[in-house]
Amino acid sequence: MSPDPAPSPEQMLEPGHSSPQPSGNPPATRTTTGVASAAPVTVLKPGPTIQLDGLRAFYGTAEQVKGVELRFPANQVTAIIGPSGCGKSTMVRCINRMHEEIPGARAEGRVLLDDLDIYDPSVDVIAVRRAIGMVFQKPNPFPTMSIFDNVAAGPRLTGGRKDLNERVEAALRGASLWEEVKDRLASPGIGLSGGQQQRLCIARSLAVDPEVLLMDEPCSALDPIATLKIEELIAELKRRVTIVIVTHNMQQAARVADRTAFMLSGELVEVGQTGEIFTNPTDPRTEEYVTGKFG
Amino acid sequence: MERSPLARLPDRALKYGLTSLAALILILIVYFFERLFVEAHPAFSAAGLFGFVFGNNWNVSAEHFGALPLVVGTLITSALALLMGVPIAVAAALYLTELCPRRLLAPLTILIELLAAVPSVVYGLWGIFFLAPKLQPAEQWVADRLSFIPFIGGGVVTIPNYFVAGLILAIMILPIVSAIAREVMTTVPPDHKEAALGLGATRWEMVRMAVIPYCRPGIVGGAMLGLGRAIGETIAVTIVIGNAPQLGRHLFGQGYTLAAVIANEFGEATGLHRSALFAEALVLFVLTLLVNALARIFVVRTARGSRTPIVGPGEAPGDLQAAVAVGA
Amino acid sequence: MSALPIGTPPIPGDRLARFAVSSRRRRTDRAARGLLLAATLIALIPLGLILYYLIVKGLGAWSWSFFTTDPTGNTFFKSESIGGIKSAIIGTIEMVALASLIAVPVGVGVALWLVEYGQPRWFAHAVRFFIDVLTGVPSIVFGLFIYIALVVGTGSSYAGYKGSLALSLLMLPVVTRSAEVVLQLVPNALRESALALGAARWKVIFRVVLPTALTGMLTGVLLAVARAAGETAPLLFAAGATNKSTTDLGQFMNALPTQIYKDVTSPTESVVNRAWGAALTLVTMILILNLIARLIARRSRFA
Repeated sequence: MSPDPAPSPEQMLEPGHSSPQPSGNPPATRTTTGVASAAPVTVLKPGPTIQLDGLRAFYGTAEQVKGVELRFPANQVTAIIGPSGCGKSTMVRCINRMHEEIPGARAEGRVLLDDLDIYDPSVDVIAVRRAIGMVFQKPNPFPTMSIFDNVAAGPRLTGGRKDLNERVEAALRGASLWEEVKDRLASPGIGLSGGQQQRLCIARSLAVDPEVLLMDEPCSALDPIATLKIEELIAELKRRVTIVIVTHNMQQAARVADRTAFMLSGELVEVGQTGEIFTNPTDPRTEEYVTGKFG
Repeated sequence: MERSPLARLPDRALKYGLTSLAALILILIVYFFERLFVEAHPAFSAAGLFGFVFGNNWNVSAEHFGALPLVVGTLITSALALLMGVPIAVAAALYLTELCPRRLLAPLTILIELLAAVPSVVYGLWGIFFLAPKLQPAEQWVADRLSFIPFIGGGVVTIPNYFVAGLILAIMILPIVSAIAREVMTTVPPDHKEAALGLGATRWEMVRMAVIPYCRPGIVGGAMLGLGRAIGETIAVTIVIGNAPQLGRHLFGQGYTLAAVIANEFGEATGLHRSALFAEALVLFVLTLLVNALARIFVVRTARGSRTPIVGPGEAPGDLQAAVAVGA
Repeated sequence: MSALPIGTPPIPGDRLARFAVSSRRRRTDRAARGLLLAATLIALIPLGLILYYLIVKGLGAWSWSFFTTDPTGNTFFKSESIGGIKSAIIGTIEMVALASLIAVPVGVGVALWLVEYGQPRWFAHAVRFFIDVLTGVPSIVFGLFIYIALVVGTGSSYAGYKGSLALSLLMLPVVTRSAEVVLQLVPNALRESALALGAARWKVIFRVVLPTALTGMLTGVLLAVARAAGETAPLLFAAGATNKSTTDLGQFMNALPTQIYKDVTSPTESVVNRAWGAALTLVTMILILNLIARLIARRSRFA
């Protein structure tokens, strides 16, 4: 098996430029990229499968996620799309139990990491979060730490590691940031550009060697070029981890995701191969959304 | 928009009225300092600025005024207050902002802030009739065990002493230091805390990784404001320090502070003695001014820190300044 | 994905063994949380002890005559009464009231000028700077300011109104800064919409800005009043010391903190008990002011 035939830079840039403003055009032409990325890739390290089983999430009494059944296949990128407030971020935050950090928030149902229910009382929430890393909407490197220390923050938690330098380098390489920062590892992480900061945050997550990477609109604060870099990175990363990405940008979902799930008002409307969802959705609400009729 | 001069009269009156009010305040403050300096001048010219501040002899009947014992007493008690008060205040602030169950948050916060509502003289009353006598045996025990350490061990422990004064001051500065630490801690963007938790940090590791480094300048600023309070605090210290105008031999001995001397001696002071007390007030004032200026720099820097681009939303530093101004 | 290098068959709980938290980290976390909780409780111990002693000792001193007689000045003859704290209560209420009447309009006025006009800017910076300086001035220095200006300066003696002025200096920065913060919270859109209707600036200030900010400013004012009521040091060399009740602010005036300060140094037990009774009275007054301030603050949050 070989990696996907890389599209020419012009092809890649074209949708990247138009991505900040979701256009009303039917994205039929773009699905080709989506379909292309769904082609089989070399798996370097098998990731786990995640299965949501009757997942419900609440803020106080308000139900944000209303009983979702959804499977995320191993070593694939699954995109969650849907209008603002549809519960897609909340749902993803339930997968590594970050949701419960918000005062008054709670979740019900099961989230299976392979066969293990991460909401089982015997499971340690901290181990869950190390196994299932998260990249947030806004790049959030620790402002008082250097580039090196940001990446080393996770490994250092588990004690003094002799191979820390190697791990940091590997994580930065994994996030395609090494070449840009190798000469200034001691400078502050917030001195980097927005896109670099986000890749630094990805490297920080990778340094813990997670099995799953959750990405909550990771490009919404970035410019098109930086977005493109992250998208390329996602295609590379899925060879090692299972990826769930929330996005409000349908072109992005089409470009990076193998599978796409469409959510509306806290419910899962439809999930399927990305190409299918964008070209031939079964539910009329999905069709309305992907063709830009609302949302 | 054209309006007659008459219609604009109230506007003008208000504007100039308020402006002159502000100007009046400025003039008044400048006048006070000018007078303070004039009154203090004889004492400074008698001993010289250096001789006054560092002269180790405060003898009213001999008309000799060297303020060193008082300056040292002020510094010792304030330093003790910081050593004991700041760790407790910061730890309590961390507990309240990061760990406390939500139901307990408001009651605990109000209780800690109530410490600020207790008047200084009541702290003195409680300190001299309850705290100091109850502590004395323990202090004597420590002094005996540590007799090999100069300035701490050995000697007779008096009921009023430096340590008790420092402890009372620690309690008194606790609410303001804690309030400012809390204000600063609430400006930590949730993104940073989530980043730490997302890496699999425990609560404490999250605090160490994301909260404390971010808040450090603000906490230092809060501690400095507490120091300013401790230096200027008068009545409570006057009651519990023993009022002995010489350098105390050790931690559990009697001493004196700048503010306490003014409170005690000003009533019957005349001539050079009175001038020396004004000079002390000036020294005291300069000390607090320096400390407060430094504190403000630190606190404001933290408030600005949360406005760096991309990282964290802009927090209104106004609330922070309100906390600084109101003091709890 | 047939060959699994690390994907060992899942055993519940063991599935995440690679990510498990070491017992050392768990212990550190628990110990740190315990220490933080302990510090919070330690911070509350003095409050509990102070309130306990105040109530036990203070209530013992309270009686009808305690509030209705002046201190007699007698501290030597046990057979004779030492008197109550009437003059101190009257003095505290009157002096703090006058201090508020001075500090609140001036403080709010300065805050209004800073927020609504604030020109020229260098002047506004200077005013803010000096208000900040005042915040840090030790309270006894305020007493000396008044002494210099009104006792030495006029060649007259101590008086109640001079005590009020010293207290108002102390309140001024607190009132100004808290009022400034609240005034800045008044949405600009509110001002602009009123100005757009053609209202004069002063009308906008008095009809729109001040009423909107009123409750918020009240909180700051009450906290300042509570702080002034507890101050001793500024009164010592401004209001003097006396036992006699008077409502004349031109005379020497007693106050609760002054009375407590005098009584603390007494060797006579009954006099010290009077200090506890006076302290309980003072703290009760201050706590009521604080309580009202909090209730108002809770209602006035800007959305």
